[in-house]
Amino acid sequence: MKKFDKDRLILGLAGPALALVVAVALTSLVLLVSGRDPIEPYQIMFDSASYVDVQVLIINQAGTYYLAALAVAVGFRMNLFNIGVDGQYRLAAMVAALVGANVGLPGPLRIALIVLVAMLVGALWSGIAGILKTSRGVSEVVSTIMLNAIATSLVAWLILPKNFGVQPAGSNNLTTGDIPESAWFPGLSLGPEAGEIYGFTFVAVACGVIYWFVLGRTRFGFDLRATGASESAAQASGVDAKKMVLTSMLLSGAVAGLVGMPTLLGDTHTYSIDFPAGIGFMGITIALLGRNNPVGIALSALLMAFLVKSSASLDQHGYEKEIADIMQGLIVISVVVSYELVRRYGLRRQQQKVGEELAAGGALKTEKEEAAL
Amino acid sequence: MELRGITKRFPGVVANHDIDITIHKGTVHALVGENGAGKSTLMKILYGMQKPDEGTITVDGAEAHFASPADAIARGIGMVHQHFMLADNFTVLENVVLGGEQLYGIGSKARKKIKEISDAYGLGVRPDALVEDLGVADRQRVEILKVLYRGARILILDEPTAVLVPQEVEALFDNLRELKAEGLTVIFISHKLGEVLSVADDITVIRRGTTVGTADPAHTTPKQLAELMVGSELPSPETRESTVTDRPTLTVDELRLTATDPDGVVREVLDGITFTIHQGEVLGIAGVEGNGQTELIEALIGMRDPDGGTITLDGADLSHAPTRKRREAGIGYIPEDRHRHGLLLEAPLWENRILGHVTERPNSRRGLLDPRAARTDTVRIVREYDVRTPGIEVTAASLSGGNQQKLIVGREMSHSPKLLIAAHPTRGVDVGAQAQIWDQIREARREGLAVLLISADLDELIGLSDTLRVMYRGRLVADADPATITPEELGSAMTGAATGHLDAAPAADAPDAAEAPPEDDAR
Repeated sequence: MKKFDKDRLILGLAGPALALVVAVALTSLVLLVSGRDPIEPYQIMFDSASYVDVQVLIINQAGTYYLAALAVAVGFRMNLFNIGVDGQYRLAAMVAALVGANVGLPGPLRIALIVLVAMLVGALWSGIAGILKTSRGVSEVVSTIMLNAIATSLVAWLILPKNFGVQPAGSNNLTTGDIPESAWFPGLSLGPEAGEIYGFTFVAVACGVIYWFVLGRTRFGFDLRATGASESAAQASGVDAKKMVLTSMLLSGAVAGLVGMPTLLGDTHTYSIDFPAGIGFMGITIALLGRNNPVGIALSALLMAFLVKSSASLDQHGYEKEIADIMQGLIVISVVVSYELVRRYGLRRQQQKVGEELAAGGALKTEKEEAAL
Repeated sequence: MELRGITKRFPGVVANHDIDITIHKGTVHALVGENGAGKSTLMKILYGMQKPDEGTITVDGAEAHFASPADAIARGIGMVHQHFMLADNFTVLENVVLGGEQLYGIGSKARKKIKEISDAYGLGVRPDALVEDLGVADRQRVEILKVLYRGARILILDEPTAVLVPQEVEALFDNLRELKAEGLTVIFISHKLGEVLSVADDITVIRRGTTVGTADPAHTTPKQLAELMVGSELPSPETRESTVTDRPTLTVDELRLTATDPDGVVREVLDGITFTIHQGEVLGIAGVEGNGQTELIEALIGMRDPDGGTITLDGADLSHAPTRKRREAGIGYIPEDRHRHGLLLEAPLWENRILGHVTERPNSRRGLLDPRAARTDTVRIVREYDVRTPGIEVTAASLSGGNQQKLIVGREMSHSPKLLIAAHPTRGVDVGAQAQIWDQIREARREGLAVLLISADLDELIGLSDTLRVMYRGRLVADADPATITPEELGSAMTGAATGHLDAAPAADAPDAAEAPPEDDAR
């Protein structure tokens, strides 16, 4: 029996490994075609990542990515494609920052409120797509893309000084006002050189554990996975599919609401118009690469954070840092292709192996056979 | 056409070995064998979907090598699949020309050709009818026409009678005889021996991947053929003694369900359904597929909300209860389509054991899954229900149909249901597994289980049921005593020809029934 487990593990690793090898090879090809050294950029990136301050940057970035990928993965496990994580976290971060700056509460309570508001706003925004899907059959892919655009405009409007925004003196930037220092989420300092790891990064790790537990160990998680694997079978087995769509959409949005928190609570302490955007889309890549597995996602988040943060040094060496973007894109494509290949191969192979084992008399003993002995 | 020494190996398994068949021009040649005997592999080889490892295929004296079905079609071999490959929202004409546009175009020339073929072989196909409006038998004729349109001289029919009622089977056989008379060759794959004997000119029996003998239909009884086929005697679904009690388990009263067509028309798919199943009783429902059986099951299991009437299980009103509550209340469910409704194909067996019973022990406790207990219990099911598998971590997809079904039966029986809804419980299951499933249903019935049995296999229905009802266009139109009724009588009631209580029919009724309007005309 161990054999099948081992098989599954090997096949599970084969997908990402194949995808990464192909992506690296294709990136090198692009470099070659454009007359560059196909190897050196990787060396530069690895060198850069050997510095502890870059490592801290990578870890902080990975924490944010991890949350975004978890939000996407909750949807994926249910066969829902929440492309709207991007809009959800931006709107959530902005509203949470506003509340955080303006509500008079002692520090820890204020942090709790900010986090809660962020989750609620994220869930509200994804819930719109959920309700549209359950009541009108609107594809969540379409509605969440639309909601991203609406979120962008809504944030831009809300942050106008005549509404809720604040324009710091002598700056063109618009912010939501500063969250008082008592409500900054404490980080883990690694010394003045290295900087500090956002405290919320550890919350992200905890979210990964919760994700694993809820999906793998609870009835609710089983229902969710069953619905994702076969909606018809889940329905016949007693899952209310509509309720499940709405619940998982709300959950996905609530987790998406957390995506802005490491930055907001650990770094900027305000939402400004230059608040990082596009992390939701990165989350999709990472969830795909990590196969919705909490550990896989963590490794993928680190990889992507590495690409983003260490590529900054390429500019200083005469390479364009967009090389990393090309690589990300290629990873997405090769992931999709290689996973499907590996999945089909795995299914076929298992069917053959089962046939082989049965032919060789490797079946579990059944009572009938025991009686015959 | 000749097959000599055909051998096909899959890694670790020999699916076919040393197959020798000679098929004469202008005959109906039956290939019989139980499920899993290697018929389908052989068929795929004939139709170019698989390449044999050894052996030769000769067509009209010339050796043939098929790399794809296109090659087989080019050599005049056509196949009518068991599951129809038709686009419902297209007309017959459109379906026939689809993929064969280069033959006669898509216009009047194609129409003329279709008419010509239809008339020549007495198929009676209307080119402009929408396929979704056609009944099963008509769809099958469209499939046959599609194959003939592409110039086939040798037709392979895979279990063509599985979906037909006896009257339709006769009509199909008439078509086959027409084809034969025109010099075409028909390869007829089946495991229904009576039919095989009535239509075939030659019979080849396949067992465990190889040809074990041929039979001359004129001098063979079904029993002899069956023994050739399974190597021992055929199991029978007949129940022995009645275990029916007077304690009602399921009471359905005036159940009504409407559905809205794509065109917005509201139709009654279930109307005035009233019946009671007692403890220890098997209630069989006969009917041509598509007359409301699926909807009835879905209303009982809670996947559709009825528009009227009540469903009472053991005194508790479940008319509008959610599926999960009904499951917990003791309804076991063997779905008609196990892949869609009964299994998570890519999940391991032990997770499939949880499916449908996630809130019950041993699968979970207080909201948390108990994978260890579920695994242990899966091993028990595998042992008790004779599921052939190397282990419980393999995916459900890697088991054969019969073993998947045994797993489902074991799972549903493990929660001591009060009522078991069994829809086509032995469809696509080999003879051995079939006998086991019948045994399990019988045994549970002895212990007081109430069973609602829906099946297209009339022998199974008659053999297992204590009470029989006939469903026609959403209504229960007739009832019958399984002890006296014959499949033919039941078949005619299924076409709507007979209503009320069906007695061991007076002989005068039978011819009437045979001429009953086919399903699709009546709609």
